[in-house]
Amino acid sequence: MSNHLPASGGNGSHGVRAGDSGLRYPSNGKTIYHRPLNRTKTAELSKAAFAYLFAEMVSYAQRRVTGIQELEKRLNLQGHPIGLKLLDLLLFREPPRTQLRPLNIIALLHFIKINIWTHLFGRQADRLEKSSNPDTPDEFMIIDNEPLVNAYISVPKEMSQLNCAAFAAGIIEGVCDGAGFPARVTAHTVGDTAGANNGSGGGGTGTGAAAADGEMWPGRTVFLVKFQPEVLEREALIGNKS
Amino acid sequence: MSYYFAIIGTQDNPLFEYDFGTSKQGGDGIARFTEQARQLNQFIIHSSLDIVEEVQWTNGQMYLKLIDRFFTSYISCFLTASNIKFLLLHQPPSSSSSSGLPASSGASTLTSSSSTTLGQHPPTSTSTSSLSVIPSLSTLTGGGNSSTTTLVGGGTSRTSTSIAANPTSPQTEEAIRNFFTEVYENYVKAIMSPFYKTNMEIRSPVFRARVAAAGRKYL
Repeated sequence: MSNHLPASGGNGSHGVRAGDSGLRYPSNGKTIYHRPLNRTKTAELSKAAFAYLFAEMVSYAQRRVTGIQELEKRLNLQGHPIGLKLLDLLLFREPPRTQLRPLNIIALLHFIKINIWTHLFGRQADRLEKSSNPDTPDEFMIIDNEPLVNAYISVPKEMSQLNCAAFAAGIIEGVCDGAGFPARVTAHTVGDTAGANNGSGGGGTGTGAAAADGEMWPGRTVFLVKFQPEVLEREALIGNKS
Repeated sequence: MSYYFAIIGTQDNPLFEYDFGTSKQGGDGIARFTEQARQLNQFIIHSSLDIVEEVQWTNGQMYLKLIDRFFTSYISCFLTASNIKFLLLHQPPSSSSSSGLPASSGASTLTSSSSTTLGQHPPTSTSTSSLSVIPSLSTLTGGGNSSTTTLVGGGTSRTSTSIAANPTSPQTEEAIRNFFTEVYENYVKAIMSPFYKTNMEIRSPVFRARVAAAGRKYL
């Protein structure tokens, strides 16, 4: 029905050319619009290929940077557009009943913890926490005991601050931004200063356990999601209405 | 029934626009907007963005149904997860729509509401041929003598299609939902391109053809 290309190009043997734009189509006439969006169950990427590409991405980002912060920022930027697109793709794949846009922070974080993580890493994130420090009600934590992105990255001693899961943090940030919850997302290895401060802020049962498990999971990473003030403002307004 | 479809980005910037007419029951798929109405449509769509922002946080559904109305133009909305708005303006053919002045448009609203009761006649065999002639006549004469063109247009249009006849009916709602869902699928495919960044204009002729096909299929 709709599987036709504009009639301007005719010869099928080599690339079909659309008249004025100089746009070229693949020789088999199949564009991105002809491919299905639902993937088959087994269509997983090899871990080795991912590790190889990701190592290249890190070393590419490492070129021409002056510090660790800038490197993490670059990794973050590489992930951001992926998050924006994943949001639409994964919601599209949801069955129509549950195809709901996330309207509050909890729904959004659940979507990230379950859908995004399962899609990217084949399992859910390990824990979701809200900062219990009353000064920072805008901070939420997604905790992954063993981030796949860090599996084959060894960080030199002098760069111990670096956590290459900044790339995954960028993906999360993209999802949050896309859904209309602008946020800053950073990745911290638990045990380093930033992660420890936020982790021990409230001393709830969850955070206490997090410190204890630190030895069991040396690579445990906390993704600190800090929402913009307007998000919380809106959250309060919506909460009052309903 | 004439349609104007627009995709609006997160910065209220247009990404894609397309206008078409109904293809159901003998429609030829060509929009019957006058030159003035075409420009007015963009303003109507833009003004309804405010309503979208009001509605979007009260309802998690993507399809927000009919959200706005400007005289005889009805606006349906579909909001994707990443805050891209699909807006469809649909206009029953009875409206003169060209002038946009409150007086004449008010009159045309009256005629459309009164003719709804007359509109239960099944379409006659001759209606298809007369359809293609008379609305184009009314587009030609445009806003000059809007009262007469409204009457003529309204008389024929009632019999043209059930979807066109009442923009608020559940059938219309469902047809528009199907249209939006199909466009959404193609939109997601469009953004899957690694070279596509959010808020970029969608220029692909294949995408346009797909939207046109969805319009033919459902509206």
